[in-house]
Amino acid sequence: MKYVDEYRDSGLAQTIVQEIRRLQTRPWVIMEVCGGQTHAIVKHGVDELLPEGIELVHGPGCPVCVTPLETIDKAHAIAQQPGVIFTSFGDMLRVPGSAVDLLTLKSRGADVRVVYSPLDALKLARANPDKQVVFFAIGFETTAPANALAVWQAKREGVENFSLLVAHVLVPPAIAAVLEAPHNRVQGFLGPGHVCAVRGYEDYEALSARFGVPIVITGFEPLDILEGILMVVRQLESGHARVENQYLRAVRREGNRIAQEIVSTVFAVCDRTWRGIGTIPHSGYRLREEFRDYDAERRFAVAGIDTKEPAVCISGQILQGAKKPHDCPAFGTLCTPQHPLGATMVSAEGACAAYYQYGRRPS
Amino acid sequence: MSEHKATGWPGIVCPTPLVDQLHITLAHGSGGQLTADLVRKLFLPAFNNEYLAPLGDQAVLPLSGVRVALTTDAFVVTPLFFPGGDIGKLAINGTVNDLAMSGARPLFIAAAFILEEGLAVDELSRIVESMRQAACEAGVQVVTGDTKVVERGKGDKVFITTTGLGVVDKPVVIAADQARPGDKVILSGTIGDHGIAILSQRENLQFEGAITSDTAALYTLVAAMLEASDQIHCLRDPTRGGVATTLNELAVASGVGVEIDEQRIPVKESVKGACEILGLDPLYVANEGKLIALVAADAAEAVVGAMRRHPLGREARIIGEAVAQHPGVVVLRTAVGGKRVLDVLRGEQLPRIC
Repeated sequence: MKYVDEYRDSGLAQTIVQEIRRLQTRPWVIMEVCGGQTHAIVKHGVDELLPEGIELVHGPGCPVCVTPLETIDKAHAIAQQPGVIFTSFGDMLRVPGSAVDLLTLKSRGADVRVVYSPLDALKLARANPDKQVVFFAIGFETTAPANALAVWQAKREGVENFSLLVAHVLVPPAIAAVLEAPHNRVQGFLGPGHVCAVRGYEDYEALSARFGVPIVITGFEPLDILEGILMVVRQLESGHARVENQYLRAVRREGNRIAQEIVSTVFAVCDRTWRGIGTIPHSGYRLREEFRDYDAERRFAVAGIDTKEPAVCISGQILQGAKKPHDCPAFGTLCTPQHPLGATMVSAEGACAAYYQYGRRPS
Repeated sequence: MSEHKATGWPGIVCPTPLVDQLHITLAHGSGGQLTADLVRKLFLPAFNNEYLAPLGDQAVLPLSGVRVALTTDAFVVTPLFFPGGDIGKLAINGTVNDLAMSGARPLFIAAAFILEEGLAVDELSRIVESMRQAACEAGVQVVTGDTKVVERGKGDKVFITTTGLGVVDKPVVIAADQARPGDKVILSGTIGDHGIAILSQRENLQFEGAITSDTAALYTLVAAMLEASDQIHCLRDPTRGGVATTLNELAVASGVGVEIDEQRIPVKESVKGACEILGLDPLYVANEGKLIALVAADAAEAVVGAMRRHPLGREARIIGEAVAQHPGVVVLRTAVGGKRVLDVLRGEQLPRIC
């Protein structure tokens, strides 16, 4: 398929791998920030192609994984209320809260629906004026513009039975948190391609300068990822630390101004709790006061729900790159995609699920 | 309470459900791990016998010297009508295919209709006409049936269950446990068409170039293959759960490893595009008119040749082989040159967020 097959060519992949091997003089630890990148790495077996000594660690960029338990419990509390149509992206349906998941609630009669876009949820609200339609607005800077647009349109059209349960998170504060962690091993980053397509990469230039690390904004196809790794290794080997853009076909330095505008019209930056990591200052979005009527937390009075994480799961350390799924004693035994103990096992983008689904090697 | 010997579960013995969820979820119907759990922990212990035990899509029963193939299937598709077919055509073809995958010649079908109060008679007429045509094309007769009506809201317009009966004429044993190391894995054509056609119609997704279901009766294709060789070990139509799930089932049942090449698996551009957009993997998407065969290596080319001369097998090709290593595990050699385990789905394939 055009624009896909070109980025999965094994000959080109080998050429890039050889170039990495030629440049590399010592081991390097590189973090891919995005869950989508983690998914591609294991799905296409990219990690297997890399020379020994290039270690990839998986970053906190899976929006499903980092959504805190208390937000999921709030979602469940709302979905169980009569007259509610609860809408969500597909992979939130299997994320366990402290009791159940949305799929189970659906099997017990809750009206839970998968949508591909928040605008589809808005359509549902228009079509069902006697119901309350709630959209589970999770995700990074990538999903924020469409969610903002849905609320903005709802307000403009006076659609009052629509609201968002907002759990938006932002990438740069998470990268800073990884680099500030006392046992950080990460020496370079594959930056989040689609996040930067929206936000641009000026914030990453500041991060790169502040911490002295190379950040290469990288795409999601196997050759994108290999090229991103090559560019990081080239910087590391030559002692450079700056932002480079591998994902030229999608990302401009200034990002998408129109998308940024709608986001800042509807959302304001706030502190946000990350599952397994804790609260990171200025790391999320909340609805601005002008749009407070569309905040599902207020509408359904669930703000009081305050669930604590169970202690057994090491997903927080995995999300920060301090540990790998195989380091967890529960991995693949007590904790499987069927019985996830933590969210990194639930989402297809979660590092543990990706390892389990694709990374198991025939023994 | 004592611990159950076979399962290691505390407590109760069969046929009490040893399923560790209190309610049936949609994932129990996805054809993946939860479906398998339901079958192995609930149905199999209750009904176990030598014909059920292999858990095939059909049972081949020796009756007075004749090998009779018997299968049953339930159809609950939404929407009822979709590009390339409808629930009626699906019911006939699906049943014919389950029989054909044992090498049986399909003969008779019984059909039961569960109708929801309020269903338009016109819709039912179109479904029945479509079944008539499909049966005619497949050379089977619908010989008995049943009709029930449930209250509005207690069904989804129409559910159809079918039972099919056929005869295995040739002295071949084609079953899930017959694959051997060295066998070639043959796929009859493009994958993912049916699942994506249904999804596009159901979710009203507009893709460039219509994607139509591949629903088709595969018996004549199987007959052509059997003419070419008697060294066909396994046949399976990769419906729910797709090619990945089917290959896993065959690998486990036969105790062989399977290795396939991503690059050799044909996927239509439109289907590939839809899957990329929706975050789905075509290897797990349902097909209704394709088959997978495991065939002795020296017979594989002849079988592929025979398939390519048949309209339903024009794009048939070898996509991999069975190996002695890693029994029960399917390995995919990716286009970019990596390798990964192609696992069974744990639940429904859910669209990813980004």
